[in-house]
Amino acid sequence: MRNASPAKTYALHISVIALLFALNFVLPDYHQGLFARIMALAVFAMGYNLLFGYVGLLSLGHAMFFSAGLYGAGLTVYHLGWGVPEAFVAGVACGALLALVIGLLALRTSGVAFMIVTMMFAQVFYLLILYFAAWTGGDQGLVIQQASRVIAIGGASFDLTDPTVRYMSALALFSIILLVTLAVVCSRFGRVLVAIRENEERTKMLGYDTVANKLTAVVASGAICAASGAAYALLFGYVGSSFASVQYSILPLLWVLLGGAATTLGPLIGTLFMYYVTDITSGFTSAYLLIVGVALILLVLFFPKGILGSIRERWLRWLP
Amino acid sequence: MTPLLTTKGLSRHFGGLRAVDGVDFTLMPGEIRAIIGPNGAGKTTFVSLLSGRIRPSSGMVVFDGADITAMPAYKRVRLGVAYTFQITSVFANLTAFDNVALPVQRTLTDGRTKGQVRSGVMAALERTGLAERAGTLAGQLSYGHQRLLEVAMGLALKPRLLILDEPTQGLADSEIDNFITLVREIARDAAVLLIEHNMPVVMQLAGRITVFNSGKILAEGTPGEIRANAEVQDAYLGAAHG
Repeated sequence: MRNASPAKTYALHISVIALLFALNFVLPDYHQGLFARIMALAVFAMGYNLLFGYVGLLSLGHAMFFSAGLYGAGLTVYHLGWGVPEAFVAGVACGALLALVIGLLALRTSGVAFMIVTMMFAQVFYLLILYFAAWTGGDQGLVIQQASRVIAIGGASFDLTDPTVRYMSALALFSIILLVTLAVVCSRFGRVLVAIRENEERTKMLGYDTVANKLTAVVASGAICAASGAAYALLFGYVGSSFASVQYSILPLLWVLLGGAATTLGPLIGTLFMYYVTDITSGFTSAYLLIVGVALILLVLFFPKGILGSIRERWLRWLP
Repeated sequence: MTPLLTTKGLSRHFGGLRAVDGVDFTLMPGEIRAIIGPNGAGKTTFVSLLSGRIRPSSGMVVFDGADITAMPAYKRVRLGVAYTFQITSVFANLTAFDNVALPVQRTLTDGRTKGQVRSGVMAALERTGLAERAGTLAGQLSYGHQRLLEVAMGLALKPRLLILDEPTQGLADSEIDNFITLVREIARDAAVLLIEHNMPVVMQLAGRITVFNSGKILAEGTPGEIRANAEVQDAYLGAAHG
């Protein structure tokens, strides 16, 4: 970040949140639902971006953190009858714990080896879900009933299957994580993470325990992705093994690359873009993936740093 | 006075090559010491052993009375052993400000300094004459300024021992004069260990000179003594001058 006044940066992020809030009242039903989904998944992308964009660690196994949250929340509701808040916390805790263990092991490697090791662990996680089909529902997954997805606070109760409640819950999570990542990347810790990405050896020689910093980032990233997974299970009522497949490790990478790695708002833009390109083109033709592919190639050609990354490079140097 | 740094029988072998071979070395607080020697004499390996970037094959390193032989590099930095790189390795994609902010916030976290990151950074940039370039990306600075930024980062670590590996390489003559003044200033608070090929700089700055050859200390003494030493003439100075 280059000499941006913090007020300006926060004003921008608050405006984005305000815009998303206003959209709830404007969007048609179908798009309201789509936006709720996009915001929940943008949290996944933000968690991925923290590690990939800022620390420069490319993981191909983040589906395991997302699905740790998904199953952590989903299974406690389904089997133990936990309430929504407890289940959400359980999901995040599962993701953080898993990230701690995976981080301790995978951070012994770097570069391509780190990609392969994370991918391998994610595959193990995926196969475990299938193996324990008696509890997880295997490849069929589990549907969480509407009655389990109601939050009771005091006298009031919020039904997460209600479109507006769902939209606002997704927005609340998105906003919190957006502001948290903004605060992190503008903090001293964020500066150290970027320094590790740029030159780890040099960072060590400035007195930093780079392994400890990377581990903290892995855990934070894993916890955020798990929060996204937990929210997804509770908001959309479905827990399935496809979310642990390798596709869901690639997707956040794609969203972040599209939106702009190491930009705070890039993950949202990338997720939004991918969802809408797919949505619009699939309305015209069954060969929509072809068009999505062409759109991706054009983006890489003309916006190699992603949409927001290129905008920052060319016009808005102060963007965090 | 107790020495700031001593090494005993410090060695590092790379396969069959004895890059550093049983070096006993002592540095007093406040000293400006130059290490000279022909290419491949083991100078950079020696200071890398001091900073902890590489581990010794045998021997020990004692800093301020404590054995730091097994201590990882980042912890030595926190004790006050700072190292600036031979090849400029500032963070090219970060601003000069952020480059210096990293060491400044380190010393704040360790409780070795007090105050704000911003004021600490600006103080270090002003000392090296880079204050006006705080917002410039380090990679866009001239080579000489990048070297100065490297020194500013070393300074900002509030070192008790600052190791400078060929700091004047690539500097213009006018920049070298400023640099000499700067090192003298640094030496008021810290010992300076300087690997340097530029003999006029060495002769002006160093209180004592250590000459390395083939991984061993060939000679040690004041600039006058070293200049008069016949062995040194053969190994290094003679070769350098014809």
